[in-house]
Amino acid sequence: MNSTKKRFTEAYLGVYGLWLLAFVVAPLLLLLIQSLNVPGQGLSLANYRDFFTSGPYLAMTVNSIWYAFLITVITLGISYPLALCLTKLKHRQFWLLLVILPTWINLLLKTYAFIGLLGKDGLLNQSIEAMGFGSQQLLFTNGAFLLVAAYIELPFMVLPIYNALLDIDPLLPAASRDLGASSFQTLKKIIWPLSMPGVKTGVQTVFIPSLSLFMITRLIGGNKVITLGTAIEEHFLVTQNWSFGSTIGVVLIIAMALTMALTTDRKKKKRRQRK
Amino acid sequence: MKIIERFWLAFCFFLLYAPILFLAVYSFNSGDAMQGFAGFSWVHYQELWQDTRLLQIVLNTLILALTSSLIATAIGTIGALAIYRTERRLLKQTLLGLNNVLLVSPDVIIGAAFLILMTALGLKLGFLTVLLAHVAFSIPIVVLMVLPKLQEMNRDLVLAASDLGAKPTEVLTKVTLPVIAPGIFAGFFMALTYSLDDFAVTFFVTGNGFSTLAVEVYSRARQGVSLEINALSTIMLGLAFVLVLGYYAYSQKTTSRKATKLKEKVK
Repeated sequence: MNSTKKRFTEAYLGVYGLWLLAFVVAPLLLLLIQSLNVPGQGLSLANYRDFFTSGPYLAMTVNSIWYAFLITVITLGISYPLALCLTKLKHRQFWLLLVILPTWINLLLKTYAFIGLLGKDGLLNQSIEAMGFGSQQLLFTNGAFLLVAAYIELPFMVLPIYNALLDIDPLLPAASRDLGASSFQTLKKIIWPLSMPGVKTGVQTVFIPSLSLFMITRLIGGNKVITLGTAIEEHFLVTQNWSFGSTIGVVLIIAMALTMALTTDRKKKKRRQRK
Repeated sequence: MKIIERFWLAFCFFLLYAPILFLAVYSFNSGDAMQGFAGFSWVHYQELWQDTRLLQIVLNTLILALTSSLIATAIGTIGALAIYRTERRLLKQTLLGLNNVLLVSPDVIIGAAFLILMTALGLKLGFLTVLLAHVAFSIPIVVLMVLPKLQEMNRDLVLAASDLGAKPTEVLTKVTLPVIAPGIFAGFFMALTYSLDDFAVTFFVTGNGFSTLAVEVYSRARQGVSLEINALSTIMLGLAFVLVLGYYAYSQKTTSRKATKLKEKVK
């Protein structure tokens, strides 16, 4: 009996392992090789040298991270109170579903809605004019890019925070209130720290895609905001320079891995300090 | 406090739904643009109905989402079982790590890496390549939905079943799978959501012959606005809303049934 069970485990491992090798390890390895394979030079680090010595590319990297950070902060600022309010509602499952519902509408359709809303004669501009201000350029601005990106990422931030808030033992905030803490103190000292895992998941699920929202930079940002994602897309699908596109990809992966490693390290340190 | 909460909820839901409702309202515009409502008409729905190309693309998108989520759910469940059963810590960590790689990678990286892989394999870009890519980025979320259910599962159940003479296949189909079923369903729905919502990966690995809704909307939106797209979004929004209501009614019913069962047991 035990040997059959072992054979089962081996079969699972085999299937899953093969899949991981073929569709996770292989593509990323190929990306790395492609980034080193400079046309006409064979294997070389030329692409990396070009990337790190070129001002525009470095500026773009910083810009890209800065915008992703802004998007994350905006969505967190809206989502955290929203998640908190949701947990207090009577039919909270239903309201949560309503928050998730927009994710079932394809993000391109939502982006498309904003083209209509923010356009030159769009609804928003007409309301601004009706209030007595002049017509504004709304579409193709950095603000529009931030707005649409935050809008699209919002549900992905609410969901993990909501789950983390529901996991909190309701007796803890009750105890804190009994012991004389104001509701703000309870929020700051009890609820916020306990919901940290959800906030972290939310930040990760919003920050990373925000680096690569190239269709929004195209359709809403009017190519003014150029992110790493836009640059990769450009190199792969427009100028067909896969080699340099891969280089940017690898840099992006390394930067991400670094930020993740840094955040977890800091967490461990904090824990040690508390001890 | 209550007033602030209500206000914030109202504000957020307004924010979430205003753009979608805006799309829906203008789908009934008899004019041709998303500005200046000219009058009510069904004309854009008729256009949509005659646009066989767009309808074919919608069908493609749905078939792709269903197929890729089904395959991803199967492989993802196997993957979760593999990670759960593995006892060597290093191997377990490696598997989990590799699983999460695609989950944390930006879409553009997945798209670019898969474009290179598919070209290296000599595959013609089209349905198959898009399907493989969608399966690939859906599997990690299935694994992450199923794995906690496996870890929460009472090990005694499995032991008891095999003690009572169940073969490993029986243990799997009659004990393990039913216990982790909620995780599998959740994984399937997440995979479906991911697939329906994806644009970037598809954009990279799709060829001339095959297109999904997102890619089509992208190319149309660059040329300008067409209210047919509004009509289509409105229908999709309606369907999603009906699904949500149905799901909510269903889940309420099952929970109340569970509650009564418990009450009977107490008696």
